[in-house]
Amino acid sequence: MELVRSHVLICGGTGCTSSGSEVLHEEFDDMLVKYGLDKEVKVIKTGCFGLCALGPVVVVYPEGAFYSRVKKEDVEEIVQEHLLKGRIVKRLVYDETVEQNDIKSLNDVNFYKKQQRVALRNCGVINPENIEEYIAVDGYQALGKVLTEMTPEEVIDTVKKSGLRGRGGGGFPTGTKWDFARKSVNEQKYVCCNADEGDPGAFMDRSVLEGDPHSVLEAMAIAGYAIGANQGYIYIRAEYPIAVKRLQIAIDQAKEYGLLGKNIFDTGFDFDIELRLGAGAFVCGEETALMTSIEGHRGEPRPRPPFPAVKGLWEKPTILNNVETYANIPVIFNKGADWFASIGTEKSKGTKVFALGGKINNTGLVEIPMGTTLREIVEEIGGGVPNGKKFKAAQTGGPSGGCIPASLIDTPIDYDSLISIGSMMGSGGLIVMDEDNCMVDIAKFFLEFTVDESCGKCTPCRIGTKRLLEILDKITKGQGTLEDIDRLEALCYHIKNASLCGLGQTAPNPVLSTLRYFRDEYEAHVVEKRCPAGVCKALLSYVIDPEKCKGCSACSRKCPVGAISGEIKKPFVIDTTKCVKCGVCMETCKFGAVVKK
Amino acid sequence: MSVKSSVPFNGTAEQEAKLKEVIAKYKDTRGALIPVLHEAQDIYGYLPLEVQVMIAEGLGVTLAEVYGVVTFYTQFSLNPKGKYAIAVCLGTACYVKGSGNIINKIQESLNLEVGGCTPDGKYSLNATRCIGACGLAPVLTVNDEVYGRLTVDDVPGILAKYSD
Repeated sequence: MELVRSHVLICGGTGCTSSGSEVLHEEFDDMLVKYGLDKEVKVIKTGCFGLCALGPVVVVYPEGAFYSRVKKEDVEEIVQEHLLKGRIVKRLVYDETVEQNDIKSLNDVNFYKKQQRVALRNCGVINPENIEEYIAVDGYQALGKVLTEMTPEEVIDTVKKSGLRGRGGGGFPTGTKWDFARKSVNEQKYVCCNADEGDPGAFMDRSVLEGDPHSVLEAMAIAGYAIGANQGYIYIRAEYPIAVKRLQIAIDQAKEYGLLGKNIFDTGFDFDIELRLGAGAFVCGEETALMTSIEGHRGEPRPRPPFPAVKGLWEKPTILNNVETYANIPVIFNKGADWFASIGTEKSKGTKVFALGGKINNTGLVEIPMGTTLREIVEEIGGGVPNGKKFKAAQTGGPSGGCIPASLIDTPIDYDSLISIGSMMGSGGLIVMDEDNCMVDIAKFFLEFTVDESCGKCTPCRIGTKRLLEILDKITKGQGTLEDIDRLEALCYHIKNASLCGLGQTAPNPVLSTLRYFRDEYEAHVVEKRCPAGVCKALLSYVIDPEKCKGCSACSRKCPVGAISGEIKKPFVIDTTKCVKCGVCMETCKFGAVVKK
Repeated sequence: MSVKSSVPFNGTAEQEAKLKEVIAKYKDTRGALIPVLHEAQDIYGYLPLEVQVMIAEGLGVTLAEVYGVVTFYTQFSLNPKGKYAIAVCLGTACYVKGSGNIINKIQESLNLEVGGCTPDGKYSLNATRCIGACGLAPVLTVNDEVYGRLTVDDVPGILAKYSD
């Protein structure tokens, strides 16, 4: 291997690629040639660093200088100053890492300090398109150990002992699931990976697949050995082209190295993995629907039992785990089940990755030990709510989850505590909302999603969610009654009890949890015909505060419907019968005289 | 969704040959229909009835089965996309940051419904699920170009870039 004195790590995750990291890669290559450094400095495209809000991110080692929001024009300066002359370009470094005249280690920065990267251990560290880099960080060592030193029963015992629970949302103990499939007798079994991350606002699995695809392949082979399967399928969203490409490269490389395919490690164990592309149906995240889709049909769920461990893909015993669950498996074997079980809380072991988004300063990917409080995530790691606004609620679990209000911000995050407060872990989307978000509107947003995504097979979900949405729509338009709120609540329970699959059973959760913690907002819409957050258009009116208005006429010139009139230098007035509530006047006014009521 | 596309089908012999190759490649794979539809859509840009018929005959499944699958999944389209396919992310992170207003602004500016295509075939507009670029929310894409951290005021400038 050639020796180089510096490494330039460029984030190739989706967030950074979208903000232009590919161009940076080319520019670094060109500039290194221009300054004659191309033999001394190596440029590597890595997976996600997590701090997407500051993308594109470039990290230069050995110094560990963390450059954020780098532009093409900045590259020459970094090459000339930092790589040629050894002077870190402070202007471009993430300002939290600059301490007086020194650069702090990334691990001391607030965003990373409380994190513990287990599932994401290799993201942003290795080049995901090179199997040798994965092997260099102990990759495929766990598979070697499992195949040469352990029996399938010992493998399952180790996973059970680690306390690992499914990271896709349900939280079912992984070892127990494997045990069921092991005990199903059949000459053909399957190992599936759910990479159909459909929860809007969540991108944990995509980052693992893009940043560390081999960890998933290795874990699937371990699972295959444990349950007695020799074929694996990864069901992945077609919307993730980068992840699809890197997985395919990883599979090809693993086959070339004999780490997948026939007679792995000379043990006589065969294991092969195929990719199957999803086609944009949220319900396919449900295990039976996913398998129906791999079989090539409309992805509709079917009743359980029989559970997939008994009758799954093509009616054979099948296990299905999600990407993040698999990403934890190799570490459990390398570092031991006891080590893994030492992280987290009594019933939730290990770490959880969250995609932090919404009204928060540090949007991005964070991995925290189970039991970290929501306050630590929002205020310390996330850097708080922007623009001095107040934290109102956090939404976890996407369309199946619920809201956690500000009063419960000290709740430790684990499977059971989230269920007890009416939310759920879900796959890891964590959306922060501030005082400007209307909770009825948020509930309506999620219901629009589930109505769209309900597969239509069972009536409670197909028709029930539609009715829920209609009632919510009525309320946001100011036409609701108190009886509507009661009817809404009752219908939620009917849908939960009567639906066939997880989609319908959890679809009412966003409504129930907002009703539980923000009932006053629902009542304000119904009784006072008022939207406290100022979101629901039908209930808003824009007025001009005559005290603040300078009579400059800027708003009246911008108004698209000519609803604002007045005399220059005297207060203007909005004709509410003409106003279409577009809000242009409010954006235009320099004096803050236009207010929403 | 209607059975028949609004735009007349004009597939070429070359496209048909490619599709036949794809069908031959997957003929013996279990669960081949969805991978074949993906590749067919790459070839034609969409999946009109004529293409569905060829696939049904090629794989030996009924047209009803093919049509059922095509209409079940949102990735498959019965209508062609515009020269400039605009997609606005309505994932939760983008939604709470105001992507709803952005899609409204585009609809107004182009006089175009979500899911539709302008009569000249120039623009099509779609609302997408999370594209995973939540750090840049709110986000829209035009073909493969990504625009992030948007406000409503950015919309006219972006559309102006695609006026040719």
